[in-house]
Amino acid sequence: MKLHRINALVQRHLFLYRRSLPRLMEIFYWPFLDLVVWGFITVYLMKFQGQLPGVVTFFLGALILWDVLFRAQQGITISFLEEIWARNLMNLFASPLKPSEFLAATMVLSIFKVAAVSVVMATCALAFYDYNVFMIGLSLVPFVLNLVITGWIIGVLTTSIIMRFGQEAEVLAWGMVFLFQPVSCVFYPIEVLPAWLQAIAWGNPAAHIFEGMRMVLNTSVFPAEHLAWATGLNLLYFVLMVGWFHYTFNVCKEQGLLVRVGE
Amino acid sequence: MPAPILEVRNLTKRFGDSIAVDDISFDIQPGEILGLLGPNGAGKTTTIQMLLGLVTPTAGSIRMFGLDLATHREQILQQVNFSSTYISMPYSLTIEENLWVVAKLYGMTDISRRIDEVLKKVEMEDSRTKITRRLSSGQMTRLALAKAILTEPKILFLDEPTASLDPDIAHKIRALLKEVRKSTGLSVLYTSHNMKEMEEMSDRIVFLQKGRIVAQGTAQEITQRFGQRDLEEVFLKLARES
Repeated sequence: MKLHRINALVQRHLFLYRRSLPRLMEIFYWPFLDLVVWGFITVYLMKFQGQLPGVVTFFLGALILWDVLFRAQQGITISFLEEIWARNLMNLFASPLKPSEFLAATMVLSIFKVAAVSVVMATCALAFYDYNVFMIGLSLVPFVLNLVITGWIIGVLTTSIIMRFGQEAEVLAWGMVFLFQPVSCVFYPIEVLPAWLQAIAWGNPAAHIFEGMRMVLNTSVFPAEHLAWATGLNLLYFVLMVGWFHYTFNVCKEQGLLVRVGE
Repeated sequence: MPAPILEVRNLTKRFGDSIAVDDISFDIQPGEILGLLGPNGAGKTTTIQMLLGLVTPTAGSIRMFGLDLATHREQILQQVNFSSTYISMPYSLTIEENLWVVAKLYGMTDISRRIDEVLKKVEMEDSRTKITRRLSSGQMTRLALAKAILTEPKILFLDEPTASLDPDIAHKIRALLKEVRKSTGLSVLYTSHNMKEMEEMSDRIVFLQKGRIVAQGTAQEITQRFGQRDLEEVFLKLARES
């Protein structure tokens, strides 16, 4: 064993930490999010001292619905990354294809992905845990549609960042959505959050969706107000994000980044 | 003389403080092959990227078919295609699938017949269902060319189309391009570091150096102007002066 060779390899990786987003995320981002999400779940469980109504329904349902959002986002971002990995972006954008058509195609793909994943998860939940996701009833439909749109919004945001900052930012395709998880209140009600974080969460359409779903399960009352907030916020953010994507696309063309994004 | 099919006027591209393309102007006539020549970093690829609408010019104008690229991108790109050594096509798709996607992007009909035609032209008719990943570099280049001519463009931009090919395949590619030009009246903008190829293929040559046009004309006119025997000597003289 020669120390200088071990040192060389250690240094080789430490050099990367100075400018590598994925490596910095390993140290700061993921531990922080794990702590925040599991911390709030713990607070929630402690508050109710194990007297949660339908605990399995809560957590399995929340998990399946979170996956809807996650896959909707992935449908957009991974489709863009596939074009980068295949060095195919120039072929696409040197054709008559418009950026809006590109986005529309990725959204269609994300619907396929969400549909396939939902069938798999719902079937598994039924087979392994005797849990029927459709027990929530027809109220599920508008909320799921809203979750898909929230996923698209995060997907378009992530894709814009990857287009602007290149392949180094591709780890965001898997990580960005989890930044929204603590304030989406997937596994705990919004009242568990501190007041300042609640204010942020109310601006997140996903928080309204998950709050609404819990209301359906607890009271069987259709949460029209939450649905209206989720839809309104989604529409607002969707328009803003599509505008942001077009702005970023033009900046990338201006700075010659579009042709270098895969390098 | 017919109206130029491509008109570039005072085209400039700056990236921060550095200037990649500096106030260049040139035309391409219908059916003409124009060679874009210059050392690495001369601005050839940036020029092609601007012509394809992938990079926004800092100044100047690009007109094709009498239309301004800045305002008629879709109509222009419908009639243009390109091939470059520096890009590829999705590896997991078959040749046929890749060409089908391209044909759809350009709104083509009768796609299957057209795919048959171009694959025959590039001598890949037996590879239709082959996965792109399994192609050799020569086959990959021929596929890129098949993609470029598939859509029956009026202008073709070719960025080093024969780089990394053995002389036999490179010869076949040149022969194919000549044949396509003859049969369709296609105009071509061609870049290459192979001077012999440039002399063979180009009706006229635009010589770029540090983003500026330093010479323009036929290969013979350029070699005479610089008092050299051939384009290679002109290239070496200019590259070493820069």
